[in-house]
Amino acid sequence: MSHKIIVPIGPYHPLQEEPEYFQLYVEGERVVDIDIIIGYNHRGIEKLSESKHFDQVPFLVERICGICSSSHPYAYVLAVENILGGEATIVPERALYIRTIIDELQRIHSHLLWLGLAGHFIGYNTIWMWAWKYREPVLDCFEMVTGNRNNYAMFKVGGVRRDIKDEDIPVLKKMLDELSPAVDLFRGAIMDDPVIKMRLKGVGVLTRQQVIDWCVVGPTARASGVNIDIRRDDPYGVIERLDWNVILEKEGDIFCKTVVRILELYESISIIRQSLNKIPKGAPIDAEVKDIPAGEGIGRVEAPRGECFHYIKSDGTNRPIRHKIRSPSFMNVASDKVSAVGGTISDATLTLAAVDPCYCCTERVAVIRKTDNHKVMNGWDLIKLSQEKTLRLKEVYYGRPE
Amino acid sequence: MDIRRKAWTKSIWVFHVSNGSCNNCDIEILDCFTPRFDLERFGIQLIGSVRHADALLITGAMNKKSIPRMKKIYEQAAKPCVVVACGTCACSQHMFRDSYNVGEPLDKILPVDVYIPGCPPKPEAIIAGIVKLVDKVRKGK
Repeated sequence: MSHKIIVPIGPYHPLQEEPEYFQLYVEGERVVDIDIIIGYNHRGIEKLSESKHFDQVPFLVERICGICSSSHPYAYVLAVENILGGEATIVPERALYIRTIIDELQRIHSHLLWLGLAGHFIGYNTIWMWAWKYREPVLDCFEMVTGNRNNYAMFKVGGVRRDIKDEDIPVLKKMLDELSPAVDLFRGAIMDDPVIKMRLKGVGVLTRQQVIDWCVVGPTARASGVNIDIRRDDPYGVIERLDWNVILEKEGDIFCKTVVRILELYESISIIRQSLNKIPKGAPIDAEVKDIPAGEGIGRVEAPRGECFHYIKSDGTNRPIRHKIRSPSFMNVASDKVSAVGGTISDATLTLAAVDPCYCCTERVAVIRKTDNHKVMNGWDLIKLSQEKTLRLKEVYYGRPE
Repeated sequence: MDIRRKAWTKSIWVFHVSNGSCNNCDIEILDCFTPRFDLERFGIQLIGSVRHADALLITGAMNKKSIPRMKKIYEQAAKPCVVVACGTCACSQHMFRDSYNVGEPLDKILPVDVYIPGCPPKPEAIIAGIVKLVDKVRKGK
């Protein structure tokens, strides 16, 4: 006979950085079902965006998520430029290179961050400390180029806000040269370690069909052999002029997800190196767009976690009248329902973390409205119902009081 | 200085509560405990239970769903417990002030002792905030 137990994780759990609530239904050691409850982080950004003008929105959308704080503004400016006729037609050449460099630098810092957290979850705290130590030079470069370690404020409609100075380029190159051996170190430490292989192989598997059924995107999908990458499928910036590969793995377990992310670090380093070599000198960085005409536009960017999608509708005024955002974690988090179920409870936390979830991107809110046909009950209402039932039973037993 | 206060300032155990933040402050807090900044050498440690906490490090603009839960967390903390508002969102709700889902600011709900502004505050700023907090407690305020 089986006995189902609910294991709650959250909403404020030391394991997670962000507030979210998982209910694991457990039979013995095995997870049989999982519920994901979100909404602790919802700030109403889509609605706030309608009250800001087009030049202010990038500052708002980069605060959707601190880790992909260049992907969201990039997708937004692509959406607005789609109304104006496309990124390639209006944005100056040098600005395209700067956009690509910032986007790929962000991918490096995000993947290193995930690698550290994954190492922490499996008990390899050395990997955590290493990864975050080698992430610091990347953040230093961000501070040098953009003025802030996170939230870069680099993107604007029609160009970028700041130039990369000529004297900064050798510093960036030196950082990349020093980062490559560190990535070699991770490759050796994770891909050749027999214990990590035993721990991660065959855990949290997402098959190719499940990935397609659940609309999973990004490195999580590529680890299962699904060949999607917005950088190649719908190119933006200067990415299609550069030489790089889409990393694919087949098995779809957590080991493959880790391998995909480590190998993508090499690709990102290579992309930034090529961009720094090819960047045109002394060109303008801003097209100085004045008016946004009426129309609709979409922008898609390959964020570190997958496809980030923005939709903008403009009516010719200086504000968007609709701004729709779909972030990659929204699809990826839902796939926990198949990858975590069937595994043991000791693998559950790792499986939940393996998609690199970002709940502040994902947040949605559910509103319960009271209408004539529906009744909303709180705890007191239920207690009252229970007391009324006792009263009715008393009447049955003792008879109605005179 | 009495012995309890002295012991408190020697090793502060910090519980980190993320309340509708964008993750940046949370990452910078974790960053303080990694090799470059390494707050643990001063005895400051991130811990897993609020019942052991000496200080609450709160980030983010709280929304209507998280405010009652935040109050519950503060009630569970052993007193004296110091509340640190980390990041501009926690200090003044930042650009989310006008949102339909964001409730009251943090200092209307809990007694805040230290404000660390910045979006996100750099790890150096967080460390400076904690140092000022220790000073404040040493002087017996």
